[in-house]
Amino acid sequence: YIGAGGGANDVQWCFSQVKGAIDDDVAEADIISTVEFNHSGELLATGDKGGRVVIFQQDTENKSLPQCRSEYNVYSTFQSHEPEFDYLKSLEIEEKINKIRWLPQKNAAQFLLSTNDKTIKLWKISERDKRPEGYNLKEEDGRCRDSTTITTLRVPVFRPMDLMVEASPRRVFANAHTYHINSISVNSDNETYLSADDLRVNLWHLEITDRSFNIVDIKPANMEELTEVITAAEFHPHQCNTFVYSSSKGTIRMCDMRASALCDKHSKLFEEPEDPSNRSFFSEIISSISDVKFSHSGRYMMTRDYLSVKIWDLNMENRPVETYQVHEYLRSKLCSLYENDCIFDKFECCWNGNDSVVMTGSYNNFFRMLERTQRRDITLEASRESSKARQVLKPRRVCAGGKRKKDEISVDSLDFNKKILHTAWHPQENIIAVATTNNLYIFQEKVN
Amino acid sequence: MAGAEGDDSLYPIAVLIDELRNEDVQLRLNSIKKLSTIALALGVERTRTELLPFLTDTIYDEDEVLLALAEQLGSFTVLVGGPEYVHCLLPPLESLATVEETVVRDKAVESLRKISQEHSPVDLEVHFEPLVKRLACGDWFTSRTSACGLFSVCYPRVSSTVKAEIRQHFRTLCSDDTPMVRRAAASKLGEFAKVLELDYVKSDIIPLFTALASDEQDSVRLLAVEACVSIATLLPQEDLEALVMPTLRQAAEDKSWRVRYMVADKFSELQKAVGPEITKNDLVPAFQNLLKDCEAEVRAAAANKVKEFCENLPEDSRETIIMTHVLPCVKELVSDTNQHVKSALASVIMGLSTILGKDNTVEHLLPLFLAQLKDECPEVRLNIISNLDCVNEVIGIRQLSQSLLPAIVELAEDAKWRVRLAIIEYMPLLAGQLGVEFFDEKLNSLCMAWLVDHVYAIREAATCNLMKLVEKFGAEWAQNTIVPKVLSMSNDPNYLHRMTTLFCINALSEVCGQEITTKHMLPVVLKMASDQVANVRFNVAKCLQKIGPVLDSSALQAEVKPVLEILATDQDMDVKYFAQEAISVLTLA
Repeated sequence: YIGAGGGANDVQWCFSQVKGAIDDDVAEADIISTVEFNHSGELLATGDKGGRVVIFQQDTENKSLPQCRSEYNVYSTFQSHEPEFDYLKSLEIEEKINKIRWLPQKNAAQFLLSTNDKTIKLWKISERDKRPEGYNLKEEDGRCRDSTTITTLRVPVFRPMDLMVEASPRRVFANAHTYHINSISVNSDNETYLSADDLRVNLWHLEITDRSFNIVDIKPANMEELTEVITAAEFHPHQCNTFVYSSSKGTIRMCDMRASALCDKHSKLFEEPEDPSNRSFFSEIISSISDVKFSHSGRYMMTRDYLSVKIWDLNMENRPVETYQVHEYLRSKLCSLYENDCIFDKFECCWNGNDSVVMTGSYNNFFRMLERTQRRDITLEASRESSKARQVLKPRRVCAGGKRKKDEISVDSLDFNKKILHTAWHPQENIIAVATTNNLYIFQEKVN
Repeated sequence: MAGAEGDDSLYPIAVLIDELRNEDVQLRLNSIKKLSTIALALGVERTRTELLPFLTDTIYDEDEVLLALAEQLGSFTVLVGGPEYVHCLLPPLESLATVEETVVRDKAVESLRKISQEHSPVDLEVHFEPLVKRLACGDWFTSRTSACGLFSVCYPRVSSTVKAEIRQHFRTLCSDDTPMVRRAAASKLGEFAKVLELDYVKSDIIPLFTALASDEQDSVRLLAVEACVSIATLLPQEDLEALVMPTLRQAAEDKSWRVRYMVADKFSELQKAVGPEITKNDLVPAFQNLLKDCEAEVRAAAANKVKEFCENLPEDSRETIIMTHVLPCVKELVSDTNQHVKSALASVIMGLSTILGKDNTVEHLLPLFLAQLKDECPEVRLNIISNLDCVNEVIGIRQLSQSLLPAIVELAEDAKWRVRLAIIEYMPLLAGQLGVEFFDEKLNSLCMAWLVDHVYAIREAATCNLMKLVEKFGAEWAQNTIVPKVLSMSNDPNYLHRMTTLFCINALSEVCGQEITTKHMLPVVLKMASDQVANVRFNVAKCLQKIGPVLDSSALQAEVKPVLEILATDQDMDVKYFAQEAISVLTLA
């Protein structure tokens, strides 16, 4: 099969699993707000608006069967954040999980950072397969033993038990952000991480919760002079001193922490000159960057704005090396997208394991795969209709205007309430996780 | 042991053992802290065969429990049967050395280091060294980082074959994939070098040191600076230039400010380690560069070292170096744009006067002191004032007093109460340096003004200050200058000020002595017993209790007792309570 639209290295994607309730009535709390694989790909975490984190584990029993290796089962579910109220500012703090980041594995347990608008938490997820048995003063079921009959001391013994997965909060990093946290990123030095809100970036030590260092502050002395906000920030995957942050004006600043303690002067500014012919009332809104991600190699970074994905070579600041239109057909619809607030949707993007393909979401539960070397792209759909095991996903096409061909979908019939904002790609394999509103779809490469 | 009817003495131990697995962390913690009691009751045999295996598996517990356990096991040797069986403690400590919490791991390593000394040379090779190897080759970086701290304790006591293996393991960890392990290795490099034979220091440690010092991660490089100090101390002077200096020079000019900061922070140690010649040729220019660094954090760290660096310069060229190389940089720092730099400098700059002597101080340093006394940042001024004693010894404080006074007055009236609090704390020192006349003339009124400050902490510090001043200037001075002012506040319409009178009397009665207390203070206190504010009245009771021991028994019986008795029947229950307490403490009942 060589599909007309081709695909990532001619990979055929097929359905593997869908998680979450089927009914159309979506509870607000169940809306997925972030998706993230761990460094081995063995675990997949999702966060939702209800403040819960659900972790799925790759099915170890069937892992050797290639057609089943993408099966993930629930490993642990826990309430990461609770709704809170800031009494000083009379503000409600939502429990919604904005981001999850896994830490590199340090021992048999797994660690992740999760954050809502204000507070970052470090969670430990560990397995327990033994429990102690044997009391002196009571039976195992709790009945008291007559204390006068003790003739000898018993030391408890650990006995095997059914595997239990525990999630325990290890650190709470609070009170450092006045605005809403949009990003967290773990440094390659394995001991620090950054957190970014609308106006500031802070640097934390993973073991120290009572202080953080402010490394970027773009808050003007007079808030009326505010013209841009920080939209995302990420550490370089290998260079511990380098991080980038993107802004609502479509620029990306790269900072070198070696140069000074406060990185208010960037070392590089990535910015593409605006095409004057395309300027409109919406120019600034749609150029706002919603996500920035370094490639695994550390050579490139990818940015997502409302209509496109751009790939930048870190050595070239004046324009991206590649630009991909995600849904150019929406350019004529910006007015209505502005009216229904969709224009402010923050789409994320991700790289595949060897940086050859990138993926990002769109509307109507479509998601796009953009293959870099062949400059080919494909639109796929996450839907219940094609959710039979190992069913191959058919490429979708949107008719931008003119005469609609067979099997094309017209722009006007796209459902803007169904949007894919969060996607994740297994770090080594062709397995992807795609979050529709409250469902998590897992797709994998078709294996013959 | 006991018969069928049970043994009462076992009961408390049984409780302790059961609480090892109680749901309440605090109870588990208590039990762990009494682990030696449990072990003693079980005897050495059961401790080895039952208790230790149980403890080896308890690594799921809370950090604080694990921390306490790791600490306990470090002094458990006797409880397992002495040095012969000390290796039984290795399994639980090994599992604790791999947990994710650094504090727990560090404590486990500390205990392992401790018990390594109790291993016989044979046991060390048979039991301890294999553990170190297992940790060093562990899958997770937590175990490999723990291994780094154990090499130096076993190396001196093992055979040369094992020594070679240990060196190899250390080399491997120095180039580990994870920065965590490289950092751990870098931080133990100096310690490991100390136990190595000199030839191996040169052949093994130096290449590792050079590699770590040029690691891609600055968090690793900066730790190599620390190792530099120990390595330089170990090497003969003639090898330093070739083996250490290239790396040190590179670190002092590192691209990352954090590495340069580390060099600045460790400068005195480095200076001592490399000796006077290299200091003159290399460190002086390096220090100048650090004082002029583009990053304020680095300048502040270097500024902190100015005095120590100058002190440790070789005597023959000390003055020349300071005057021509250091002082010009210091002059620039006085007007630095960053206040942390200026205040770091202000905290040490006065120390230069003893090194440079009177003439140089007057000519070169005094203008800098005066400039800093006028600095816009209060911390800078405070740091100068707090170190006045150094200058006093060299040139006398009079040279400064013209500028000192405005600076003190301004700080005394600073809008931030913490600044006011800080200057109050230096008052006794200043009073001692400036003498009683100057004090009465210029500073006394400030001290009295603080008594009516609107911040309680300031009023409290002000009373304490008065006591220290009286200790310096004597009771007679107190009676003439401050006691009348303090006592006059007892008629103040503000009850907080009236209470301040009482607090002052609390502080002053002892240093002023019986006569002043009885004659001047007591009547005022007694009069205040009928104050309309209950807070004042119960403070009268507390005050009487406090000054009671200073009074003679006739005054106590005739004057204090009746007043306390009245207060003991007060309608306010706090007044009653404190009056009764005073009566019983002073045994007037």
